[in-house]
Amino acid sequence: MTLALKNVVRRAGGQTHIHETSIALESRGFNVLLGTTLAGKTTLMQLMAGLVPPSSGEIWFDGRNVTGVPVQKRNVAMVFQQFINYPNLSVYENIASPLRVARLRDATVAERVARIAELLQLTPFLERRPAELSGGQQQRTALARALVKDADLVLLDEPLANLDYKLREGLREELPRLFADRSSTVVYATTEPAEALLLGGHTATVHEGRITQYGPNGTVYRHPVDLTTAQVFSDPPINTAEVVKRGDTIRLSERVSWTAAGSLRALPDGAYTIGLRPHHVRPATGRGGVQVDCTVLIAEISGSESVVHFDLGGLIWVSLSPGVHAFKVGETARFELDVASCLYFGPDGARVAA
Amino acid sequence: MSARTVNQKAWWLVLPVLVLVGFNAIVPLMTVVNYSVQETFGNNKFFFEGVKWFEMVIHSARFHDALKRQLLFTAIVLAIEVPLGVAVALAMPRRGVWASVCLVLMSMPLLIPWNVVGAIWNIFALPDIGMLGWTLNRAGIDYNFTRQPVAAWATLIAMDVWHWTSLVALLAYAGLSAIPDAYYQAAKIDGASSWAVFRHVQLPKMKHVLTIAVLLRFMDSFMIYTEPFVLTGGGPGNATTLLSIDLVKIALGQFDLGPAGAMSLIYFLIILLLSWMFYRVMTLGEAE
Amino acid sequence: MARIRIEHLRHSYVPRPARESDWALKEVDLEWADGGAYALLGPSGCGKTTLLNIVSGLLRPTAGRIFFGDADVTASPPGERNIAQVFQFPVVYDTMTVYDNLAFPLRNRGVPEARVDSRVREIAALLDLESMLPQRAAGLTADGKQKISLGRGLVRSDVNVIMFDEPLTVIDPHLKWRLRSKLKELHQRIGLTMIYVTHDQTEAMTFADQVVVMHEGTVVQVGTPVELFERPRHTFVGHFIGSPGMNILPCRLENGVARFAGVAIPTANTAAETPNGARTEIGVRPEFVRFASAGIPVRVAAVSDAGRHQIVETRHGDTVIRLLLDERDQVPTVAAHVSFDTAFTRLYVDGWLAG
Repeated sequence: MTLALKNVVRRAGGQTHIHETSIALESRGFNVLLGTTLAGKTTLMQLMAGLVPPSSGEIWFDGRNVTGVPVQKRNVAMVFQQFINYPNLSVYENIASPLRVARLRDATVAERVARIAELLQLTPFLERRPAELSGGQQQRTALARALVKDADLVLLDEPLANLDYKLREGLREELPRLFADRSSTVVYATTEPAEALLLGGHTATVHEGRITQYGPNGTVYRHPVDLTTAQVFSDPPINTAEVVKRGDTIRLSERVSWTAAGSLRALPDGAYTIGLRPHHVRPATGRGGVQVDCTVLIAEISGSESVVHFDLGGLIWVSLSPGVHAFKVGETARFELDVASCLYFGPDGARVAA
Repeated sequence: MSARTVNQKAWWLVLPVLVLVGFNAIVPLMTVVNYSVQETFGNNKFFFEGVKWFEMVIHSARFHDALKRQLLFTAIVLAIEVPLGVAVALAMPRRGVWASVCLVLMSMPLLIPWNVVGAIWNIFALPDIGMLGWTLNRAGIDYNFTRQPVAAWATLIAMDVWHWTSLVALLAYAGLSAIPDAYYQAAKIDGASSWAVFRHVQLPKMKHVLTIAVLLRFMDSFMIYTEPFVLTGGGPGNATTLLSIDLVKIALGQFDLGPAGAMSLIYFLIILLLSWMFYRVMTLGEAE
Repeated sequence: MARIRIEHLRHSYVPRPARESDWALKEVDLEWADGGAYALLGPSGCGKTTLLNIVSGLLRPTAGRIFFGDADVTASPPGERNIAQVFQFPVVYDTMTVYDNLAFPLRNRGVPEARVDSRVREIAALLDLESMLPQRAAGLTADGKQKISLGRGLVRSDVNVIMFDEPLTVIDPHLKWRLRSKLKELHQRIGLTMIYVTHDQTEAMTFADQVVVMHEGTVVQVGTPVELFERPRHTFVGHFIGSPGMNILPCRLENGVARFAGVAIPTANTAAETPNGARTEIGVRPEFVRFASAGIPVRVAAVSDAGRHQIVETRHGDTVIRLLLDERDQVPTVAAHVSFDTAFTRLYVDGWLAG
């Protein structure tokens, strides 16, 4: 079941919410829409579902043009950030509701609801009302309702955002398993890069109404096409700096420079922007990388990791390293930059090398 | 290729509403417009007169007097009911059994048929046998609303406040209930006095609700007919003859359909204009 | 001055509590030194917000006492406790400008206008709000509004404690980082006692000097982030802290040695005696698990790419053991062995750290 958007534009209230976008989604695995709030993720989902018509462009599903088709006729299921359930129906009836609309026989309904409830661990709660359940259980009910329909397209709009940290972690692991044996196209919107990575599958980075890149997670993460994509797909935010290449040397500042290796040598001389993810900046161990001396601004120790913000001659960078590395504010320390993992971007933001 | 999700069924569902509105509002309105530009001598023959009636009404001293009376009435009533309604809403408990009791008590005046309200107050204020009238006269105040214009006005206003303050109070109460606890908690921590809390937390958050309440009260009080008619009939003399009462006198009393039609339309346009002005002023801040 | 002591605190929202489940706070005894950064960490419903509101005076406890310094403040209203609180949803006075919002608490206390002005500008500079002072507060973004809420607390010179009730909930992830670091920076600069309530263990661990972990109305463990990470006293703490949480393996104790899947697992602590029928478990964090040539036989079930590392999920029968690999390391294809770093492998009896 492949979903494709062809030259879709969405304008509302005098503003363009989605600029001309074309994308063909994968039918297996998760398709993650990653971006900040108001980037356009929800609008894209509404366009895919048919809740909102595109101002121009077409939506194709399974080789058929479904642009004008109302959402009730499309086989779509959607789960929202706020736990949306019918408040006056029991959990059983909530899960059964799409099946009742499809007018299935009671026996079929009972069997399918029981199966889904088992999958989502809701069996002991089937007779309760949503208001009597915890947040996690309410969201599972909403998920069950979406799954029982066996829809061709399942849209999940930040479904875990209102849940506790640990609950979120647990459900995040379960979700790919729940959809593993289905042939539906799953689209998942989130603001957290970590979530996009952990869910696996493909990611589309959304920024200000445009999809900057779409591809398998690993590709988008390690080979972003431009600086915007790298910044969207980074948590903590990616460290950036201006460098100048002259001959074989790439120079960051008076005292920091390194040799251009491999494909970098072929780059024309000039100014570039580099992006270096915080986990490629570590307290110096002498194992390699470019050594820099800097002033520590603040160190956050969480036990498993240490996040150190430092000042490198006016440049404020962040280092993320495993273990405990305690520094005092204002302390001078040595860090090493794994420049082999640097991403290089040209003046227009497009990536030139990595 | 049309990109619109077109659903024709919606029109069928709207059709009955359109028919109803057509019959009850548009058609009668057009009839009034029809009358307002014609003259009749009662034998069902109509002559087109153009804007003659409109000019007559606008220049008539009788219309000006009724309009002045109406504006004064609406101004006084709004000035009393809105602050009073808000004060009552602030005093009402928000949780517990008493909250339900208060809500029921506040709703009661709104449930009484309007002519009954007029009748109740008529009897209540009678100087010889009415509780209010008799008590006031016994206390030494010379009070007779059937003869004294000031007494008639006072009674009229008291009746309207009694009848309609609840509406403002209930709307304001709904607005207050929507304010999250965190605001009150933060204000407490900031050391704000109750007045400061009212001014900076409650009033701004009630703005939308108050806009609706003021608009509703304005329109209703401007159009008021039944209660003053039953209470004073427009008297003594024409002391409490508000616009609607005057209009009915012209239309049904004198059967001057032409001037009545013209006056109705002018009346309608005045309400529309004043409502629009009120609305613009109250939502001024939101444009930013 | 701002040493906070909580004695035998219990609280119930029900007028006549009958069962254990009626109590939101079951028994809390805590002591917080002046000037520290503390976090109250726990899942929804554990009682952390209740505890916070009792400390700030917004809630009167059913039983127990609170001392600020030597004074018993249990009955004092918030205005008398010299505290400030930042709520989950930004609270700003919409009708006022940013400047007036920050000045509000001072003006309420009758502070002279000249002093109000200097204080407001000082705090605005600290929070990077200077350019926005003349703007209407209602027009700011969520993180701007939270900064205003914070500023209203900092502006008062009589504030000893600032409380935060999940303040970053409505903030976008990429701005959360900045605001979090800002809070830590502020704490280091100003030195006020700060108490931060959250369910997000990353927030708690990066911000606080000491974390109070709560579960179902009781305090499970109090310690520094490193202590909680390396030496959790209860399996709940092991599971709740760290992403992914601690691996818990059921084990059998034979002659003081823990055994899992027939393999002897050396642990950092031992249990002298365990009562019959007690549940014995081994807890070890994924950070301290490695692939090895000998150890517990496992098969690799799943690999997640978390960017900076890979999370490998291995299974032995029904038990899941997770470990972390560097992003460039190769994952064994199917079958392998895992071994644990003894210094960080601990034995738990009925959930609690043994010994």
